Amino acid sequence: MSAPTPPVHSPEIRRLSPIIEPGHTYGTVTDKISAIVLTRPASLGWFIGFTVTFAIVMMLNVALIWLFAKGVGIWGINIPIGWGFAIVNFVWWIGIGHAGTLISAILFLLNQKWRTSINRFAEAMTLFAVACAGVFPLIHTGRPWMAYYMFPYPSTMGIWPQFRSPVIWDVFAVSTYGTVSLLFWFVGLIPDLATLRDRAISKPKQIIYGMLAMGWRGSARHWHRYQSAYLLLAGLATPLVLSVHTVVSFDFAIAIVPGWHTTIFPPYFVAGAIYSGFAMVLTIAIPLRKAYDLEDFITMRHLENMAMVMLATGLIVAYGYFFEFFLSKYSGQKFDVFLVDQRLHGPYNHFYFALILCNILTPQLLWFQKVRTNVAMLFIMSIIINTGMWLERFVIVVISLTRDFMPSAWGRYSATFWDYATFVGTLGLFTMLLFLFVRVLPAISIAEMRELVAETSEEHK
Amino acid sequence: MIPEHRSHIFGMVGEFESEHALVHAVEKVREAGYRHVEAYAPFPVEGLSEALGLKRNRVPLITLIGGLCGGLGGFGFQYWVNVVSYPLNIGGRPLNSWPAFIPVTFELTVLGAALAAVFGMLALNGLPQPYHPLFNNERFSKHATTDRFYLCIEARDKKFQFEEVARLLQGLDAHHVAEVRDD
Repeated sequence: MSAPTPPVHSPEIRRLSPIIEPGHTYGTVTDKISAIVLTRPASLGWFIGFTVTFAIVMMLNVALIWLFAKGVGIWGINIPIGWGFAIVNFVWWIGIGHAGTLISAILFLLNQKWRTSINRFAEAMTLFAVACAGVFPLIHTGRPWMAYYMFPYPSTMGIWPQFRSPVIWDVFAVSTYGTVSLLFWFVGLIPDLATLRDRAISKPKQIIYGMLAMGWRGSARHWHRYQSAYLLLAGLATPLVLSVHTVVSFDFAIAIVPGWHTTIFPPYFVAGAIYSGFAMVLTIAIPLRKAYDLEDFITMRHLENMAMVMLATGLIVAYGYFFEFFLSKYSGQKFDVFLVDQRLHGPYNHFYFALILCNILTPQLLWFQKVRTNVAMLFIMSIIINTGMWLERFVIVVISLTRDFMPSAWGRYSATFWDYATFVGTLGLFTMLLFLFVRVLPAISIAEMRELVAETSEEHK
Repeated sequence: MIPEHRSHIFGMVGEFESEHALVHAVEKVREAGYRHVEAYAPFPVEGLSEALGLKRNRVPLITLIGGLCGGLGGFGFQYWVNVVSYPLNIGGRPLNSWPAFIPVTFELTVLGAALAAVFGMLALNGLPQPYHPLFNNERFSKHATTDRFYLCIEARDKKFQFEEVARLLQGLDAHHVAEVRDD
């Protein structure tokens, strides 16, 4: 059975590198993945990581309480820059949240088998990123206790939300996206929750997982309907994931502010979202597979495929930057031409150059296979790309607002301590939720891994 | 068999080593004329639905209805708000500015369809269902969601004969054939 090791440099053979290491059975994949949740004691590293991120979440709490007490004046925003860190962070987080549903829905419809071992935690990442994103528009409203005004409910005032406004579209897009992502994730979890219920030894775990599994027993009739529902959800989530960042880009594109009012925004926002989402999946996958010995399931092939998706979407983003630049110049419209000059020569041009460096120049290294298969390089690259995507939103939001039509209305923006505390706080919230997630739910879909084992053993016969 | 004893029996279950053995056994059992047959697997097995003679299910239809309700309801609501409930004349622009209503209509279509797909699937499957007689079987509750495949011939089948069913399952290479008791 033991085949000779293929030479690594041959591209034909390398392409066949496995998406699951050979020798696994239904039992071993189940044992290995469920053990992380059920039997393996939490490591010292986990406790340290959890404690640190928990402390950061407490800082977020302080920042929010101070905000509620004092109002948005504690931030760096002021007229004309009414959209500062809050909107930058919102767009950044919601972009990161795109990869999970993309991996689970679009790659599922395209029958890409390599999605199997990364879809679960990518979906969890999506949910947590959407949760972090949701914080910002809420606190940005100034009076967050009145945020329910944005939902159409029969109020005694007799008025309704303005359905012609992109801001209300955003409410519907983001809340629908959060809900559908949660449903998709939970449906995928049901068979695994049943596995955990049956394998848990302690009574409380049996009861909790048992309630969540809802009595799933793997009946063929249930699987039959389950597969229909899962396929339909994938089909529904696909246009949804493309619509969310499109609607977010409408927040800018519908406005007449120079640098925002362009038709290229929707596709270029979506590509950017996928770009940053995959970067974040890599940022999480690389330490995860190391810490829990999951190299058999999250193989080099996964990392390399994700690197290639980043390269492709990175090129779309580069195309977007180029056309944004070109069309502004070509339009001859003086405010647009002026804005491009401001990006290159204005007070925030270092952000623009850093953005080009992070998002366009550095990722070109991914053309080299040596880089794509170097775990450390990929990890650094993923962080650089996430930084670049944050800078992109900063450039879009801040440069346009500081330099619009009337020089008398120009202004400057700089973030305050509370801006940073809130942003870092959501990073802590995101990471803390991930720490909790890997301890209480299977980070890789066990049922789908069994399916993969069945398929790969078929191929070997 | 003794009749009052039989009333407590839910069925007869056999355990199989592989998905191929299970599909084969399902085919044979159905050939033998049993109809109240259910197979259990830790992952969706290809060919199992066909072997059991399962036809198209109603999840897609429910999803379509959910999507239509979400979409029509979403658009209708925005129309009602802007044209009937609180019309605002802004420079004589049309009240029914339908292109501006499309994003919310789209989102609500997807939301309605997704909710219908998930809750429709759960309802058709009869979940949540905390108790099922098969959970009484120790091997089933230990292995059915991990690495073994099960076939249960239920006692409500007209042809159900205790010994005959046991013999049939054993003849199909089932390990651990056992009765499932409903108490």
